[in-house]
Amino acid sequence: MKAPSFAYAKPRTLAEALELLARHGEGARILAGGQSLIPSLNMRLSSPEILIDITGLPGLNEIRSSGKSVKIGALVTHSQIEKSAEIKKHVPLLAQAVPHIAHAAIRNRGTLGGSLALADPAAEYPACAVALQATIVISNTKGERRVKAENFFQGLFETDLKQGEILTAAEFPSGGKSAFLELTRRHGDYAIIGLAAHESRCVFFNAGPRPVLVSMRKSLDETKAAAMKELDPPADLYNSSATKKHLAGVLLERAWTTLSTSH
Amino acid sequence: MDHALDITLSVNGVQVSRRVAPRVHLVDFLRDELGLTGSHIGCEHGVCGACTVRVNGEIVRGCLMLAVQADGCNVETIEGISDSGEARDLQKAFHEKNALQCGFCTPGMLMAAQDLVLKNIKPTREEIREHISGNYCRCTGYQAIVDAIEEVIQAEVVHGKG
Repeated sequence: MKAPSFAYAKPRTLAEALELLARHGEGARILAGGQSLIPSLNMRLSSPEILIDITGLPGLNEIRSSGKSVKIGALVTHSQIEKSAEIKKHVPLLAQAVPHIAHAAIRNRGTLGGSLALADPAAEYPACAVALQATIVISNTKGERRVKAENFFQGLFETDLKQGEILTAAEFPSGGKSAFLELTRRHGDYAIIGLAAHESRCVFFNAGPRPVLVSMRKSLDETKAAAMKELDPPADLYNSSATKKHLAGVLLERAWTTLSTSH
Repeated sequence: MDHALDITLSVNGVQVSRRVAPRVHLVDFLRDELGLTGSHIGCEHGVCGACTVRVNGEIVRGCLMLAVQADGCNVETIEGISDSGEARDLQKAFHEKNALQCGFCTPGMLMAAQDLVLKNIKPTREEIREHISGNYCRCTGYQAIVDAIEEVIQAEVVHGKG
């Protein structure tokens, strides 16, 4: 359970980080909070030549509200999101999601950018980003490009991030009603199945290789029928696909009630 | 040593400088380099919480942070908060309530519990359980641990410390 050998660099500027990334190509991995990368190194599921620690880059740990949207830097931790009054007010879905992420000690180091870039199908933020129609901000040597969350998550741990690029922020539109629901066996476990809902967009997670979007129809029954048609969740050690599908329906009912009664 | 780097950090108030390989985790560094074996190693992938330490005032997993990442940081371990007396009330309550048997999880459990004590809130038993949900204990069934933490937090509130 010890990590293999690798080199380590801690660049002080984004340009320096991009240069290192270009120089080392596929042998390089970006290290942010490390709460997923370091376990994968410990278990030797990954053996990079070099880790590029981006936690020294300036400006990536800020939460900035512009009225219309809230821009969250890639290095903002789950704990920062949990404590932010601005996020609670403008992007309540994220504030509701955070307590479900692992445990206090992990939330102190894990980052928004790391979670989005990893694209774990069981993770909370990718589903929230799709539900909220967030924009993912990516830097490369040519400058900056922006991708809609819906197009960013492409498959199992697969995103639109290209070789040599760094996810630097995500922008979340402000306002609207939302509901966040997650079923787990124990607190902090990965979801059996979860639902991030914002206005008419219901996004299920751990329901497939990437977040699954189901738009709300006129009635709950119609929406449920659409969800049942759309969802084909993979079974895990404890829950069959049919059980997960049933639970998805239960979450949808709860979200429907929350969204139709909250103001 | 492969790709070794020089780091300087504060550990329990003492400035230390060492040369370490990037692959070394903070908890291995504390135990093997500094001889601070109070922080335990359980699962080594962030599940059990036995290696919980404080970095710049926040609890973290010692197995999910590299020693090189702690360069320039202020690290505190169970040895630090024991010697300073910071954990005294919790240690006494854990003893009195039988909140440990084998003791393997206790250092990490105390670090997590003290983090909650420092928050200056009056948590419910459910909230105490949530806060220590990342710390596994295979002996006690948690009931006595929650009793001990609850007692300390209530006493702090009564004595106006909280």
